[in-house]
Amino acid sequence: MLEIKGLHANAGDVPILEGIDLSVGAGEVHALMGPNGSGKSTLAGALAGKPSVTVTQGSVLYDGKDLIEMPPEERAREGVFLAFQYPVEIPGVSNLYFLKAALNARLKHQDLPELDAIDFLQLAREKMKLVEMDEALMHRSINEGFSGGEKKRNEVLQMTVLEPRLAILDETDSGLDIDALRIVASGVNSMRNPERAMLVITHYQRLLEYIVPDVVHVLADGRIVKSGGKELALELEARGYGWLTGEAE
Amino acid sequence: MSAPVQSLPGWAEDLRREGAERLQELGLPTTKLEAWRYTSVASIAKTAWTPGDPRHDDVTRPELERLCFPVFACHLFVFTNGVFAADLSTLRANAPQVGVRPLSRVLAEEPEALRGVLGAQADAKTRAFTAWNQRELGDGAVVRIPEGTDLEEPIHLVFLSEPGSEPTVSHPRILIQAGAGSRASVVEDYVSFGEGEFLTNAVTEISVAPNAELEHVRLQREASTGSHISALHADLERDSRLACHAITLGGGLVRNDAEVTLLGEGASAHLYGVFLGTGRRHIDNHTTIDHAVPHTTSEELYKGVLDDQSRGVFHGRIIVRPDAQKTDARQSSKNLLLSRGAEIDTKPQLEIRADDVKCSHGSTIGQIDPDALFYLRARGIDERDARALLTRAFVSEATAELRFEPLRERVEEQLVELLEEAHS
Repeated sequence: MLEIKGLHANAGDVPILEGIDLSVGAGEVHALMGPNGSGKSTLAGALAGKPSVTVTQGSVLYDGKDLIEMPPEERAREGVFLAFQYPVEIPGVSNLYFLKAALNARLKHQDLPELDAIDFLQLAREKMKLVEMDEALMHRSINEGFSGGEKKRNEVLQMTVLEPRLAILDETDSGLDIDALRIVASGVNSMRNPERAMLVITHYQRLLEYIVPDVVHVLADGRIVKSGGKELALELEARGYGWLTGEAE
Repeated sequence: MSAPVQSLPGWAEDLRREGAERLQELGLPTTKLEAWRYTSVASIAKTAWTPGDPRHDDVTRPELERLCFPVFACHLFVFTNGVFAADLSTLRANAPQVGVRPLSRVLAEEPEALRGVLGAQADAKTRAFTAWNQRELGDGAVVRIPEGTDLEEPIHLVFLSEPGSEPTVSHPRILIQAGAGSRASVVEDYVSFGEGEFLTNAVTEISVAPNAELEHVRLQREASTGSHISALHADLERDSRLACHAITLGGGLVRNDAEVTLLGEGASAHLYGVFLGTGRRHIDNHTTIDHAVPHTTSEELYKGVLDDQSRGVFHGRIIVRPDAQKTDARQSSKNLLLSRGAEIDTKPQLEIRADDVKCSHGSTIGQIDPDALFYLRARGIDERDARALLTRAFVSEATAELRFEPLRERVEEQLVELLEEAHS
């Protein structure tokens, strides 16, 4: 589903990704781990179309289509979803209004009928239950005044409503306590199916106890330096990243 | 083709004469005057203006409703080129409990009713445009909310400019008296129909009696071939509340002056402004809030959206008189610049002569937040819609204070529509 080849990218003017090769198939969950500054978020940004990330070399194919050529909104409508590491607060735009607009943009793109307010609310309520999101929050402005955990749950809620084909979770576990982590993970796990691929970016192994990956990749200095099974995450937990990045342990 | 000059009561003739004299002496302001530094009315001064034709055969009711949507039909009063149009208005608005009447009729039928009242607040002595309005005194709206009345529906005053082949001018005059303990909303809605150059020069006088609550909306959505000058004067008595919304979506050259005086303890004034600049439009808002007695509150929030080569001016003056202790005054001017060519000049002017007061002011100038824009786009909302949504969200901080939801919706929608039209 996702084929990344020789990807080089800059964040602003700074070269960060130095040749990424990664292939994720439908139904697979890949974890992407690595120390701070290794380029994890830049890769997420490159896949979602963040304007401050510029692809300088290489290619990204999504279902055979050139992802890099698409504006971010088109990627989203094609089923690419990025759960933000730092979800943005947008005063004056209600969560529900936003989510409905997002869902209908995706449905329209798929030539499916758009949902009216009543059907949408019913769907949203069902999903809110799943991630234990208080409906009162949904009537407020996007992420405004949300706690860290509420913001992350809101990301997962959006994902469950939009039902992407490729979900990229950028450090969705950071800043979460153990209960919030469990809720977020169960939301993510409810999305696992043979049609859907997931790329779970995390700094810690902790999340992977809940979302068990098929493959683990280690990113360092803009390159994938090691790939392996889920046990690689445990090894990283025990030994740190130093043995892979050439630094002293 | 000038409107027929009716016979006026003697005191009204005196006002007209005084207006003529003052206008003659003052002349229209130039940019040499501090208050007009950023706003040149030279184009108005050199134009030969004639009153517009009040006939309006081509303005159908559906057309009118399109222009001034959402129509509050309960109390709808329409003026075409400054003259009351009975056939377009909803006359059951004359129901005695409301007390809205055209100024021309009040002057004709109760010649003494407004003696000493009309013109008591407006400043024709130093303001040339007010003097001009006074010189042309003849029609407009008189709104008298009886004591203790609570109006569910707003009073909708529509001032329709329909320019002809020559530049036309109208001078609406509005008098609003909110009786003690009353609660009401008045919407002054300025719209235009057809192409052509025109000028609207409106003067509004408002008095809010003890414990009354008044919402006043001036919604200006005329074509950019029009210039618009307005002066609003409001006096608030004890424990009264006034919310003033100055919403400027149209007009090529716009200047709004609002002067609010808190005359009774416990009074509170809330001034909200929204203005949109597109093309080369110029919008200037000058406000003065005068805290004349102790224990009064004012809150001011103006939000400007400026695109293309447009220019905005906000000047907010707050006066706290020497014995006006315990004044609480907050002022905020926030501006969104959508293009590099757009400009805003924003300036607070605080004159605080009491020591036990709380006064704050702040202004911001920013662009669309790129992170917010990306967040929306990353969920499938296209860039154009995302920008519109963020712009709408920006002004919603002020529009959220509008009492009537349909009006709020329409203002936000129309703002976005006009912004998009400017680029289509």
